[in-house]
Amino acid sequence: MSHSEHSIERDSLAYAIEKHVEVHAQKCYQCGKCSAGCPVAEEMDLPPSLVMRLLQTEKSSNDDKVLRSESIWLCLTCEMCLSRCPMEIDIPSMMDYLRQRSRSEKKVNPKMKNIVSFHKAFLHSIQYTGRLFELGLILDYKRQSLKLTQDMMLAPKMISNGKLHFIPELLKDMPHITKIFKKTIVEGGSK
Amino acid sequence: MKIGVYPGCSLTGSARDYNESVFALAKAFDIELVQVPDWNCCGATAAHNLNRELSLSLPARILATAEKNGLDEILVPCAACYSRLIVTQHELKKNPELKNRINEIIGMDYRGTTKLINVIEWIDASIIPNLEGKITKPFDYKVACYYGCLMVRPNKVLNYDRAEDPQTMDIVMEKIGAHALYFPFKTECCGAGLSVSRTDTVSKLSGKIIEDAVHRGADTLIVACPMCHSNLDMRRPDINKYWKSDFKLPVMYVTQAIGLAIGLTPKEVGLQRHFVKVNIS
Amino acid sequence: MARIGVFVCHCGENISATVDCGKVAETVGKLKHVAFSTDYKYMCSDPGQTLIKDAIKEHKLTGIVVSACSPRMHEPTFRKAAAEAGLNPFLCEMANLREHCSWVHEKNEMTTDKAIDLVRILIEKVKINSALQPIRVPVTKTALVVGGGIAGIQSALDIANTGHKVILVERSPSIGGHMSQLSETFPTLDCSQCILTPRMVEVAQHPNITLYTYAEVESLDGFIGNFTVKIRKKAKSIYEKDCTGCGLCTTKCPQKKIPNEFEEGLGFRPAIYVPFPQAVPNKPVIDREHCTYYLKGKCKVCEIVCPTKAIRFDQPDEVIEVKIGAIVIATGFDIKRSNFFPEYGFGKYKDVIDGLQFERLASASGPTSGAILRPSDGQVPKNIVFVACAGSRDPAKGIAYCSKICCMYTAKHAMLYKHKVHEGKAHVFYMDIRSAGKNYDEFVRRAIEEDYVNYIRGRVSTIYERDGKLIVKGVDTLLGAQPVEIVADMVVLATAGVANPGAEELAQKLHVSYDSHKFFAEAHPKLKPVETNTAGIFLAGACQNPKDIPDSVSQASGAAVKVAALFSQSELTREPLVAYVNRTSPPMYSTCVGCFLCQSVCPYQAIEHEDFKTRDGKIIKTVAKINEGLCQGCGTCVALCRSKSIDLHGYSNNQVYTEVVALLNDY
Ligand SMILES: Cc1cc2nc3c(=O)[nH]c(=O)nc-3n(C[C@H](O)[C@H](O)[C@H](O)COP(=O)(O)OP(=O)(O)OC[C@H]3O[C@@H](n4cnc5c(N)ncnc54)[C@H](O)[C@@H]3O)c2cc1C
Ligand code: SF4
Ligand code: SF4
Ligand code: SF4
Ligand code: SF4
Repeated sequence: MSHSEHSIERDSLAYAIEKHVEVHAQKCYQCGKCSAGCPVAEEMDLPPSLVMRLLQTEKSSNDDKVLRSESIWLCLTCEMCLSRCPMEIDIPSMMDYLRQRSRSEKKVNPKMKNIVSFHKAFLHSIQYTGRLFELGLILDYKRQSLKLTQDMMLAPKMISNGKLHFIPELLKDMPHITKIFKKTIVEGGSK
Repeated sequence: MKIGVYPGCSLTGSARDYNESVFALAKAFDIELVQVPDWNCCGATAAHNLNRELSLSLPARILATAEKNGLDEILVPCAACYSRLIVTQHELKKNPELKNRINEIIGMDYRGTTKLINVIEWIDASIIPNLEGKITKPFDYKVACYYGCLMVRPNKVLNYDRAEDPQTMDIVMEKIGAHALYFPFKTECCGAGLSVSRTDTVSKLSGKIIEDAVHRGADTLIVACPMCHSNLDMRRPDINKYWKSDFKLPVMYVTQAIGLAIGLTPKEVGLQRHFVKVNIS
Repeated sequence: MARIGVFVCHCGENISATVDCGKVAETVGKLKHVAFSTDYKYMCSDPGQTLIKDAIKEHKLTGIVVSACSPRMHEPTFRKAAAEAGLNPFLCEMANLREHCSWVHEKNEMTTDKAIDLVRILIEKVKINSALQPIRVPVTKTALVVGGGIAGIQSALDIANTGHKVILVERSPSIGGHMSQLSETFPTLDCSQCILTPRMVEVAQHPNITLYTYAEVESLDGFIGNFTVKIRKKAKSIYEKDCTGCGLCTTKCPQKKIPNEFEEGLGFRPAIYVPFPQAVPNKPVIDREHCTYYLKGKCKVCEIVCPTKAIRFDQPDEVIEVKIGAIVIATGFDIKRSNFFPEYGFGKYKDVIDGLQFERLASASGPTSGAILRPSDGQVPKNIVFVACAGSRDPAKGIAYCSKICCMYTAKHAMLYKHKVHEGKAHVFYMDIRSAGKNYDEFVRRAIEEDYVNYIRGRVSTIYERDGKLIVKGVDTLLGAQPVEIVADMVVLATAGVANPGAEELAQKLHVSYDSHKFFAEAHPKLKPVETNTAGIFLAGACQNPKDIPDSVSQASGAAVKVAALFSQSELTREPLVAYVNRTSPPMYSTCVGCFLCQSVCPYQAIEHEDFKTRDGKIIKTVAKINEGLCQGCGTCVALCRSKSIDLHGYSNNQVYTEVVALLNDY
């Protein structure tokens, strides 16, 4: 058993992160370089270095703050933070994990619902056609998010530029895709 | 010469222009591009945001299919797909247990033997060496090469170029007669995955990139990723609205620029499909 | 008849917790030739030692086995006790019951049995031990100091002032090291040159110091008190005795655009040059890599203009050999340059400079005569950013350790800037301020409180150029990680302090250890910070790790005292556990056949030739002979000798064989 396993609280979010994505929160020395380079730090309620700090405390109230934050959904997985972090802390992988935890614990920040909706709509699209059906995606997302105006403006020009299909391309082996979705999303409970 | 290709969803839809230019180049240089049969979507940002296993299974199916069909090397023009595929290879190599689990999910025997190459690597290996005598219209423009995030990061996984101030695309552009400008926004994020759900964020981030390139006197941005392209090109009205400006800077794929340099018509490389008019030919 | 005594130590409970010490003493007490056997809680204590001494006298012991901890720890203690009781110290052996037994095994009978075995074999060995006398070697009372920075200068002067000779070898054309480049020094802001130059001159004039500049150590042989060093004096291409230092040649040399190392590339120098006006010695050298004559075969302008005809184009390098008794390594450190930093532009931006470059800008004798002007266009920067920890504490791209000096010099730089550019703004990005030291934190506080330097806690993510300005993207972690963007005119990176290039090579030449960062390694991090693992070789200054001037000077004086202490002895004694080649009566003289295979394998060059001659001087036979001063007792020659003519005192073939046999036999 490693030293860190001895000293870390077993039910903390930091522990889970260490176990699932091999990110050791205590390595972060709060230099803030990740937040300095993060393209969306200004819009985040918790810039990445603050997420790290909250995790380090291993307090459930702080873990909760992280899971309910907007930041985890605003993160673009651009990998800038990891690429410049002096301690090579893999924040992007950690963010992936936090998003999944946030959903499974039903703690998704209400303001971030439409981002989740978009991702869901995207996955729907490939679940049923195997490939992304862009028109379908836009319609599906609009339905889920009730944001009708925005992207509908783009559609006509996309069509005239030949960039939008009306009919989805279907995979030959659709059952295979269905099976993959069943074993991951459906059984994994992240539908 | 024959090589596998994974186009990915964008190249059959919103990035048809990119697709056309890649295939036009291949044809001009006698390269046969063989699609991975019955390929599926890589899962993109959505999958890894919502479900880790799915985000690995979808690429694993593509890779296993390529392996099964004897495609040892596949070109992945879309930087985003490229990233998903190579990250999957990396994760599954690192963790054999996970690999077994994913193989169980996809019901195939993924081994991780396929060599993935991005579009610049392909150009470097197959186009540049055969360029001699082919350039009929040197691409004599000032260009800002925009690499985005996924071509160079995470550097330890991709093992390609360098994470800060990458040079490979600049070198390619210089070879076809362009002047590659110093461009510090090369690897800043355009907003990618939030394109639809947070248009304002994307307008802000993409706008910064365009503003800086315009400021440095670029005639065009050069990209190698359909995500970047759609944010910088298709979202231009949003960007201009957000920045209260009227940026007219075109955004071209690196393959389109090369295509023009070797004398292909704008139409052959899909330039007419752009939202922002390209006054370069 | 042998009369052996056995003393079993409990080592508190370190041994007795798993080994039944009483049983060990009792069992071995019954063995043949054991005249006395006992156990005791602490053998190394005063009463413990008295117990041993009394037993030696009372029982007329001819050998003892102390069964306790490791010989490394206490062999000297017990050998000394034996000697005090009149027993030759080499008739005392130690069985290591702690590291070799109690600490590595569970408590049970087998453990005690093993302890008994360990004692038993040494009882057999000590029976055939011979009384040995320590070896005495003379001491050459001349010291070698390698590196002429402030640490080397201080060490050389301190040793020389004790009346001993010193040879100071400096790689560059002048002594002075980095301190000669500094403008003003923290925490007092006194002028670096002003306090350094007198010491440099003192070195040059000291009757006990021989200074070799433009020279390097070529190789080293020997051992403490008796080293032989080869020094390569690189050709300076001038005849120093004739050169008056008039400097005419340096003004006429057509090569004028060579980046000046002393000015950290911010200025130029000719091919024939004196590195800086206060250089010691103040005589030029020709840099052959850049000299037109050496490159193209013609020029010789310097030769023509030299009024004393001191130029020597055909001067060769000269290698001299000197005998010395001790060495102080003081080769200093280096810093990473700005071209190292990926996210700060790979050295692409002219106005992103490093700390030493800033020192030169701020120095009255520097390229701008002390005016803070940015390199790109010579403008006074209105907004200046200092980035601390640039490459330090950065395991990903730089080094993991803290460079220790940069917090202080960054505060100094910001202050100097504010003192010179009153209307300017100075910002410092930092992670922690490490300013432990006398008047150090007060110094930093002054920068903040009196000079209004803007300290921002956070690391800089990137720096890029736009419209001739540098955009510095950082963060203020004390404001909840708020992004901070500063449009700066100049940026100074406090780059990591690293080992000198060539340090590793030098360490190998001198046979001393170095750490993973290629800094020279001390013998013990706390108790022997000045010694190396090689006896007679000491460390001073930043060659051990980055340190400031006061620390370098203190250590330099410490090293000097170590050397002086060594030189205060007329001879050194050392353990006689060395190899020897047997001698028999004539006409054999020795079973050695003179093949000298041993000579080729000895790692310490300890094997010499000995000739046996007739009365009229004719050589009858040549055999090997061990130089006891050089031999380290490694035994390689013993194993190799085909005629079995070599053996090792204290660990003879017979002694080792006896131990093995004892182990195989029941008792
Ligand atoms: C930007 C900056 C600012 C600083 N400001 C201050 C300050 O204000 N106050 C303060 O107390 N400290 C300051 N320091 C620290 C100070 O420079 C060092 O403490 C000091 O220079 C260490 O002295 P040294 O003799 O150990 O090493 P060095 O100064 O590095 O000297 C080593 C000498 O050894 C020579 N040498 C190297 N290798 C060999 C070899 N193989 N053979 C022969 N010779 C060799 C070199 O040429 C050099 O002359 C500063 C450092 C920096 C980088
Ligand atoms: S860059 Fe790395 S070490 Fe610094 S605050 Fe961010 S995660 Fe922590
Ligand atoms: S990966 Fe996420 S947290 Fe990291 S810099 Fe990009 S957006 Fe910010
Ligand atoms: S010979 Fe060399 S050093 Fe002398 S003047 Fe010419 S270039 Fe300068
Ligand atoms: S001394 Fe200060 S600036 Fe230098 S590495 Fe240590 S903490 Fe960083």
